[in-house]
Amino acid sequence: MSEWLSAGETARRIAAGELTALRAVDAYLRRIANLDRELGAFLALDSEGARHAAQQVDAARAAGAALGPLAGVPVALKDVLVTRGLATTAASKILDGWIPPYDATCVERLRGAGAIVLGKLNCDEFAMGSSTERSAFKKTKNPWDRTRVPGGSSGGSSAAVAAALCAASLGTDTGGSIRQPAAFCGVVGMKPTYGRVSRYGVVAFASSLDQVGPLARTVGDAALVLEVIAGLDPRDATSLDAPVPRYRDALTGEVKALRIGLPHEYFDGAQIDGEVRAALDRTIAALRERGAEMVDIALPHTEHALPAYYVVAPAEASSNLARYDGVRYGKRAEAADLLDLYRRSRGAGFGPEVKRRIMLGTYALRSGYYDAYYKKAQQVRALIKRDFDKAFHHVDAILTPTTPTAAFRFGAKSTPLEMYAGDIFTLACNLAGLPGISVPCGLTGDGLPIGAQLLGRPLDEATLLRAGQVIEAAVGLGDRRPGAIA
Amino acid sequence: MTEDDGPTEPSGALEPDWEPVIGLEVHVQLATASKAFSPSATTFGEPPNTLTDPVVLGLPGALPTFNRAALELALKLGVATESKIRARSRFARKHYFYPDLPKGYQISQYDEPLCEDGRLAILVGNQVKSIKLQRIHLEEDAGKNLHVGAVSHVDLNRAGVPLVEVVSAPELGSAEEAAEFMRALHRLVRWLDISEADMEKGQMRCDANVSVRRRGEDRLGTRAELKNINSFRFVHNAVEHEIARQIRILESGGRIVQETRLWDAEAGASQAMRSKETAEDYRYFPDPDLPPLVVDGAIMANILRGLPELPSARFARYLRQHGLSPDDARTMISDRALAEYFEAAVKAHPGERSGRMIANWMLSELLGALHADGKTIADSPIPPERLSELIRMVEDGTISGKIGKDIFEECYKTGEAPRAIVERKGVQQISDEAALWEVVDRVVGANPKQAEAYKAGKDGLFGFFVGAVMRETQGRANPVITSDLLHKRLGR
Repeated sequence: MSEWLSAGETARRIAAGELTALRAVDAYLRRIANLDRELGAFLALDSEGARHAAQQVDAARAAGAALGPLAGVPVALKDVLVTRGLATTAASKILDGWIPPYDATCVERLRGAGAIVLGKLNCDEFAMGSSTERSAFKKTKNPWDRTRVPGGSSGGSSAAVAAALCAASLGTDTGGSIRQPAAFCGVVGMKPTYGRVSRYGVVAFASSLDQVGPLARTVGDAALVLEVIAGLDPRDATSLDAPVPRYRDALTGEVKALRIGLPHEYFDGAQIDGEVRAALDRTIAALRERGAEMVDIALPHTEHALPAYYVVAPAEASSNLARYDGVRYGKRAEAADLLDLYRRSRGAGFGPEVKRRIMLGTYALRSGYYDAYYKKAQQVRALIKRDFDKAFHHVDAILTPTTPTAAFRFGAKSTPLEMYAGDIFTLACNLAGLPGISVPCGLTGDGLPIGAQLLGRPLDEATLLRAGQVIEAAVGLGDRRPGAIA
Repeated sequence: MTEDDGPTEPSGALEPDWEPVIGLEVHVQLATASKAFSPSATTFGEPPNTLTDPVVLGLPGALPTFNRAALELALKLGVATESKIRARSRFARKHYFYPDLPKGYQISQYDEPLCEDGRLAILVGNQVKSIKLQRIHLEEDAGKNLHVGAVSHVDLNRAGVPLVEVVSAPELGSAEEAAEFMRALHRLVRWLDISEADMEKGQMRCDANVSVRRRGEDRLGTRAELKNINSFRFVHNAVEHEIARQIRILESGGRIVQETRLWDAEAGASQAMRSKETAEDYRYFPDPDLPPLVVDGAIMANILRGLPELPSARFARYLRQHGLSPDDARTMISDRALAEYFEAAVKAHPGERSGRMIANWMLSELLGALHADGKTIADSPIPPERLSELIRMVEDGTISGKIGKDIFEECYKTGEAPRAIVERKGVQQISDEAALWEVVDRVVGANPKQAEAYKAGKDGLFGFFVGAVMRETQGRANPVITSDLLHKRLGR
């Protein structure tokens, strides 16, 4: 088989008896064995579990049982998604060795649809970062250029899909952590509407911003995976009670009369790399050519997104990470007394970026400063959301670059602020709770992928997938594959 | 819970120059089957750490979902205390590190609590006094730490159990009133089936804020917070002890330090835990995992519909309508089942004086018998209608009061209807004058010496004749008529 098959095609062939799930799983496991030592995408492999699950799919098919839409499709998961019986670390030493007793809802749904979990993927520690360099365990390389980062925090998820070490993967996106690595690795990455996919079993970073979503090699695969994982979950009080459409049906190839907004705040003045700008211009032209109406719009509070994000996200993180105290699970340091236990366990267990954000967040929430920081940031969020609400009166979707530049080199962002600034195009989407997608829209002269981002109305993932597929067909990467990892 | 304590005696030991000011924060466990934010059960006394799930354990990725049953119970209390109910309240996270707190924060409510500005009626003597409540909010309980030698264990069975915290205004003026506040709240939550409020199981716990000031002073003195008070008596003792401690310090020219003190019931003393300077910053913020808690008209209508007459209202009514003594009325409302028994008995035997009669029989005979058997009113073998029937027979002279007690005992033992017992035994009172005259005549005729002596002024012999008539009639003679006839027959 070819590991480059789409997830949808893999499922079709397995259902048709042209391919067995076991063959598909073994092919990916072989490819992982050959390539991942160099790529560094996986933190944990579950070869035995995957082969066992594949045999079950094959047996079910042989017995004539109905197969799920992802039956036999090998997938992999960002390591912040909790997996029963399979180590989950959030790429942090503080969770080293923890074997969860339960599956995240999205994992449960993937398994329920017949998908086969190959293993867990590297990321920035607790999803805090934009390059996967903040993983406590390993470096993940960009399959297009091994001197460059795969993006982050879902860098393992984007690299594994780009290098065909799995058919599709899941990531999480708190400020761009699915879309930015998807752009850097030349794959499709979708961050659904806040509440569209359950957060139950997602190691929390910032609860009001976190959202699970698919990374895939095609828009069609992203639609297929989203269909499986989306929907109300009674175990997540913030999950939305709205029907899940058949997203694949939305992929009509048509954008005629679709109104697409171009926010000048994202294009003017921002430090967009020339090649990225040119790729976006080609994307705009292609959409216009196919009948889309391009509309200039304003999102005036855009500049406040970054500071608001860096109050809200660390504040919630400082709270969410309070549970890692060495008492019940994960790493416990030897200590003289209780306070010493906390200090040593957390001191040794968390990396510097996580500590920085815990300190930022603790500061923002301290007594007497709540109004000036967290509450103020929430007010800014409301303004940003209002900008989008207004814009969506005039347009059906908004197009921007996913990132100002293509993938950067390891160590290139030497200060935290430089690293944070790379996320300016993706943060507002999370603050407003909107769906967003990044679709490859060309390569730089150096052969690095560029991503186009589409933002949509709440729960209107379908429009983004539809327009995204048109971009994919018009200016996508086609048959071009990453050459750095053979 | 233990019926340890009736109303506490005023100590009278306080310095008249000083006025104590007390506010209470009472935690009450809500009687839900499952925890506040997860499906685990809330059963008491299970083996450690068996009532847990990913949410209770604070496992990575676990999320809370609110148990609406807890909301209904909290709303009942809010409505019963005439609190303002917020249509949209919020859960907030309260952060601190402790091994019995799995998430590193407690889900509570902060600046948008469910209930505010309520009032709780407490009984001071025969008066009903209204104490202002600042707030009632929902929160989850923590687990328990157990220290065995150098080793510490954590039991999370209690973690996540739903609580309300009831915060009084600083309006309680004595240790007695503080204890009464606890009693009134205890009575109310049990009355409304909000909580079993079993203090021995930690289902009701209290912290007390105590300060003193010179009488006539407007400003509040510096307060100390007393923690870990889990009985009515301890509230009284802890508060009284603290008042005395503060007065002693102030009288000797000292200054009260704002601090938290832990009450040690065994030692009968408190110890400083931490001062304000080292107080923790809880870093409250709205819990992003839980949407605002919305209370709509339909829920409120439902709560209002189901709300019975409250114990304080019933106390006042028992005094007014039935003429019960404050002590009897207080006993009657100490337990909803007892009060309902009383209501049913009164209903079966209406009448101006019947309430008092029924109360007397219930509180002396019935409760006495039940208590001796270690039973409660719910187990009473005599249903309220039967007790009324018995009392009516005594009242209308069908049987004497003395026979009534015998019938009560029989009825208690066998459950048989009192009237049936009376008829079977033929113990109806003899009130027929002609029949009694015959007996009186016979008795006096048979004892001529005693009759002479009585006539000569030996008054004590009258009882001898009454006793003789009773013997002759197996105790059935109507004592009033008997006495009347004897006087006539003996000529004085």
